[in-house]
Amino acid sequence: MKVRIHAAALVLLLVTSGCSAGSSATVAKDPGTLAVGYTAEPANFDFTRTDGAAIPQALLYNVYEGLVKLDADGKIVPLLAESWTVSADRKTYDFKLRKDAKFSNGEPFTAEDVKFSLMRVKTEWTVSIKSTMDVVDRVDVVAPDHARVVLTKPSNGWLFSLTSRLGAMFSPTGVADLANEPIGTGPFTVSSRRRGDSIVLKENPAYWGRKPAYSTVVLKYIKDPTALNNALLSNGIDVISAITVPDSIPQFQGDDRFTVVEGTTNSEVTLAFNNARPPLNDVRVRRALSYAIDRKALLDTAWAGRGTLIGSMVPPTDPWYEDLSNAYPFDPAKAKALLAEAGQPNPSLRLRIPNLPYAVSAAQVVTSQLADVGVTVTIEPLDFPAVWLKQVFTDRDYDLSIIQHVEARDIVTFGRPKYYWGYDGKPVQQDLAKADAGTPQEQVDAMRRVARQLSEDAAADWLFLFPNVIVAKEKVTGFVRNQVSESFDLTGLAPR
Amino acid sequence: MTVKIVRRLAILVASVLVASLVVFLFMAVLPGDPAQVALGVNATPELIAKTRAEFGIDRPLVTQYFDWIGGVLHGDFGRSYVTREEIGPALTDRLGVTLWLVGAGMLVALLIAVPAGTFAAVRHRKAGGAAVSGLSQIGVAIPAFLAGIILVQVFAVQLRWLPSGGWTPPVQDPGEFLRGLVLPALSLGLVQGAVLTRYVRSAVLDTLGQDYLRTARSKGLRPFQALFRHGLRNAAVPVVTVLGLQLATLLIGAVVVERVFVLPGLGSMLLDSVASRDLLSVQGIVLVLVVGVLLVNFVVDVLYTVLDPRLRGS
Repeated sequence: MKVRIHAAALVLLLVTSGCSAGSSATVAKDPGTLAVGYTAEPANFDFTRTDGAAIPQALLYNVYEGLVKLDADGKIVPLLAESWTVSADRKTYDFKLRKDAKFSNGEPFTAEDVKFSLMRVKTEWTVSIKSTMDVVDRVDVVAPDHARVVLTKPSNGWLFSLTSRLGAMFSPTGVADLANEPIGTGPFTVSSRRRGDSIVLKENPAYWGRKPAYSTVVLKYIKDPTALNNALLSNGIDVISAITVPDSIPQFQGDDRFTVVEGTTNSEVTLAFNNARPPLNDVRVRRALSYAIDRKALLDTAWAGRGTLIGSMVPPTDPWYEDLSNAYPFDPAKAKALLAEAGQPNPSLRLRIPNLPYAVSAAQVVTSQLADVGVTVTIEPLDFPAVWLKQVFTDRDYDLSIIQHVEARDIVTFGRPKYYWGYDGKPVQQDLAKADAGTPQEQVDAMRRVARQLSEDAAADWLFLFPNVIVAKEKVTGFVRNQVSESFDLTGLAPR
Repeated sequence: MTVKIVRRLAILVASVLVASLVVFLFMAVLPGDPAQVALGVNATPELIAKTRAEFGIDRPLVTQYFDWIGGVLHGDFGRSYVTREEIGPALTDRLGVTLWLVGAGMLVALLIAVPAGTFAAVRHRKAGGAAVSGLSQIGVAIPAFLAGIILVQVFAVQLRWLPSGGWTPPVQDPGEFLRGLVLPALSLGLVQGAVLTRYVRSAVLDTLGQDYLRTARSKGLRPFQALFRHGLRNAAVPVVTVLGLQLATLLIGAVVVERVFVLPGLGSMLLDSVASRDLLSVQGIVLVLVVGVLLVNFVVDVLYTVLDPRLRGS
């Protein structure tokens, strides 16, 4: 019988080790293939009807293209439009289109498609950001390569939104099943997907522009940050699109197999104040809280010191950025004085946060720092997104919350009194309107005033700007350092 | 025996219906509006109302339940709120991954438990047997995810022999498929193997004490010989029962292991669907899992009767 037991042990040994003999675990056996890891997976391919950052991150600029795009510096540059002009009243935009662009189903790209795509936003899209397109009055097809967009009123925000998914160009013959079959003009097409695992993009052979250096890009979706890091460390992927646990960055920096690319994002981690409800409807209380929080210390503790201190809802990549991070220097004595002056020396506040790592760690620092000035804070973690959205965002049942606001130029939300900030400031609303209607210089001036006013009013406390940290195999180059657009732009990636 | 099986089948169907109702009600009281979650932060009340109507979640609960269960009985699980794809085919696809994982985990567990448990029982008075028992005690205490994390650190990150996660379908590349399955199957199977070892040991010990084995030994057979010729079938009865119960825990362990190893199985689908309040998907997945567990219990009951003639009378 000993023989049989030995045989069983041998089988076990074979099962456990036999199949690994002599191989090195890499996705990219083929140098033309690149595997990029992400944490958030697209629910489907239809960003016209499904919200969230993951779909445009995968598809925008890669599979779908707009008339214009944002370059690495955050400037609006031509893409499917070769050039454009704006009329003197800033209401008419004339786009000169590329003649050689084609959709991946073979249809040529023309001004008819521009009209179809832009007008379709109003009728068919169901995601909330579509409201930026309400300003479009009509689109005229002047010639196959000339589209004219007429707005009901001047809007700088409109042109900017064309760089987002809202500007993506569709073909009337390619929208039958957007959730499963995206058809765009971009350098890649979706070749296959395995839900919960990956999406495979293949080079579009009929692409009008420069051929991508990698003919196949595998987008791997790994929700757990540790598993994502392990995949890169074990050669399962070549790139981590964004590091979400800052503590893990040093292990890559200390390893010459990898390069670490650090930049900024549009993602402001904000301590939201409920401006509409006592005691935070008193500007003195809001200022007191802003003085009581040592943001540098918070960043060090909660996010390993990575990120940028901002002081208003403007990231450094916006043209009207100025450093307001010292508007409320850490000053507990002043905070106490302001609270006393407001008749609220020891307020009790509910800090209702999403159950996400950055919010939980920041909330603990905020709570302890506010305790030092006599403010009692109760942390209530809520399931994100469902419960947080319902209770804090929609019902506005909160005093304080911490959440990152990821959208570009989302400072405009302070112009909406119904938004969950509960902030209702006429000067801000007027300046936002002026900025949208004015020339580029007028826009910059007005937006600066908005940011300063919000800081002055302590409408929120901007804890820090999320860093953009990409880690890649040393051989991969061409990343967009600052995450300015909705896209994870694969088109510039190339082997060293 | 046929009557018994039919009665068990009726209980199975009733249990599934009750489970479906419970699952449905739990999802209905869960906080968070699926339409709001699907539409995101800037959705207007009108848009949310429109989407609720589109999802059909503005109708009375009773209507929703009967629509759902009626569809399921026809094999139609509905269309996901979030992914906008048919839930039925997605379920089959995900279930395939989970079954591979559970099957491979069970195989590993059996390959460990049967020889180790038998050895520990036959040598229970010797140092070798005690060592195996001790090892199995340690194994029982390790959660599957911890085993997974350790295996990944050693075999994927440090040695780089095996992938740290991900799934390759067997038809696409059998080699990669197997390589990807090794670590998840081990992390599920090692722990289960340790648990099972203890049951195999006590079952074999029990059998060894039976009169017929003593008779066999007195005819001159050595302990292992006597056991293999006369005892294993008897020892198998309690082990099969435990195996059935363990399959249920294995399914739950698979949910965790799928997350550690990024496997697109039912478990990860369940977690994603709960987070995005994809109620129809959650209902479908839970129903499939419940049916799975109940089916296993049913099969165990039947096997029990087949294996042990003494139980057929009642």
